[in-house]
Amino acid sequence: MPQKAAHRPILFRPGVDNMETVTTLKNTPLLSEHVSLAAKMAPFAGWIMPIQYEGIIAETLYTRRAVTCFDICHMGEFIIRGDHKRSNLDKIVSGRIDNLGVGCCRYSSILNEYGGVIDDLIVYRKAIDEWMIVVNAATIEKDKKHFLKHLSGDADLKDISDTIGKIDLQGPLSREILKTVAPGAVGLNYYTFIETDILGEKNIVSRTGYTGELGFELYASVDKIKAVWKKLLSDKRVKPAGLGARDVLRLEMGYSLYGQDIDEETSPLEAGLEKFLDFSKDFIGKKALVEQKKTGLKRNRVFFKTLSRRSPRHNYKIITNGKESGIVTSGSFSPHIECGIGMGFTPSPLPIGQNIVVGDGTLKIEAVTCDKPFVKNTSIKK
Amino acid sequence: MNIPNGLFYTKEHEWVKIDGDIGTVGITDYAQHALGDVTFVELPKTGIVVKQFQGLATIESVKAASDIFSPVSGKILEVNSKVENTPALINQTCYQDGWIAKIKIKDRSETNNLMDAAAYKKFAEGLGE
Repeated sequence: MPQKAAHRPILFRPGVDNMETVTTLKNTPLLSEHVSLAAKMAPFAGWIMPIQYEGIIAETLYTRRAVTCFDICHMGEFIIRGDHKRSNLDKIVSGRIDNLGVGCCRYSSILNEYGGVIDDLIVYRKAIDEWMIVVNAATIEKDKKHFLKHLSGDADLKDISDTIGKIDLQGPLSREILKTVAPGAVGLNYYTFIETDILGEKNIVSRTGYTGELGFELYASVDKIKAVWKKLLSDKRVKPAGLGARDVLRLEMGYSLYGQDIDEETSPLEAGLEKFLDFSKDFIGKKALVEQKKTGLKRNRVFFKTLSRRSPRHNYKIITNGKESGIVTSGSFSPHIECGIGMGFTPSPLPIGQNIVVGDGTLKIEAVTCDKPFVKNTSIKK
Repeated sequence: MNIPNGLFYTKEHEWVKIDGDIGTVGITDYAQHALGDVTFVELPKTGIVVKQFQGLATIESVKAASDIFSPVSGKILEVNSKVENTPALINQTCYQDGWIAKIKIKDRSETNNLMDAAAYKKFAEGLGE
């Protein structure tokens, strides 16, 4: 008899599954575009989002080969005005921001007092005392609460999530395509941004992304975003890509997904994100992390690939030397290296090249630990 | 949605084409579309005996793993090893080259538990896609 697959419910059937959530889901301003492109839609983080158009594999391959655009309007944006010290922003964000230049952005996180990750985010310095914080969709409300709780009276926070949309343009051809939509942004260096003309509206373009390729994130008002989307896709070299491809692309780079690979129970030290922390300053959660460093980590990040086309899945067990020793947090099939790839946690750090088994119940998939990224020599810094 | 006449269908979106006492089994267009890109297929061993509506194969797509259930009881005569090397056949041609197994049918009357094309069409359309 064949082995039993671990997860039975697979098919999201619109109108049948998740009826309760469906009724409360939010739509992005681009919904009608996705419908006309015959996208497969599904709920994600409280939104109805395009998961795929042509197919996850085709979209993943095309992003690394050419260029795709993603509807990322669901993510949240806060504008904070205030001096980084006097506002307490410097304490709330775990990474260094005092030396962030105006026009530069940086990946960081906000932590609770136990050192758990409330969210990972990107900080944009718009002016000496003006910041844009870009946060995950599912965490907008709790992030806002956290900021408001800890910001001093000197600071002002405005949640602009509902008035601003975002499209990610990603792939080696993205700079070429940008010329027609936001010519003022083509010269951007990695992790910098500019407020520039985007089809007649002044807004932000940053050279950032979640795919590991050369790419840009284009911000526009919810009234303008559809025009940006249409203009991008009017160039036949650009194809739309959904959240399915986005998830494969980010995992191929070894990037964490909030809520899956990191959460409030996870410390950035365990998750391999120490380089994004600034221990030379005071920040919320620092005390707990310093203690963790002293006593040793309970879990360690591990990356692995399977020795077959079989994919590891979220919550599969990791078995080392015949013993259950850890858990898979993200897994997928990689169309670029044509095997299963994944990341997870193990109690002890595992050396690269160690044979492990991942699976669930009777399902056992042979795998080997490796370094990230899974896909190397991308266009990200070209 | 492509639902050929002359086949029998399950509520789990498998099809069986009956030719004498041999049933060829696969997954439907609805299923392949819902699963998305198929990346791996675990086929049963030939010679084993399966029961109606019990596990026959496992299919993995980029997003998930799922069980394929046998529409009929019987002995596995042959499996389609082509889909092991080229799982995308299941997406491209689920009723032809993307078949999964051929089964020597034990009891023809089991088709009474299955749907014909018209009934399956109605069933699948009721699911909303």
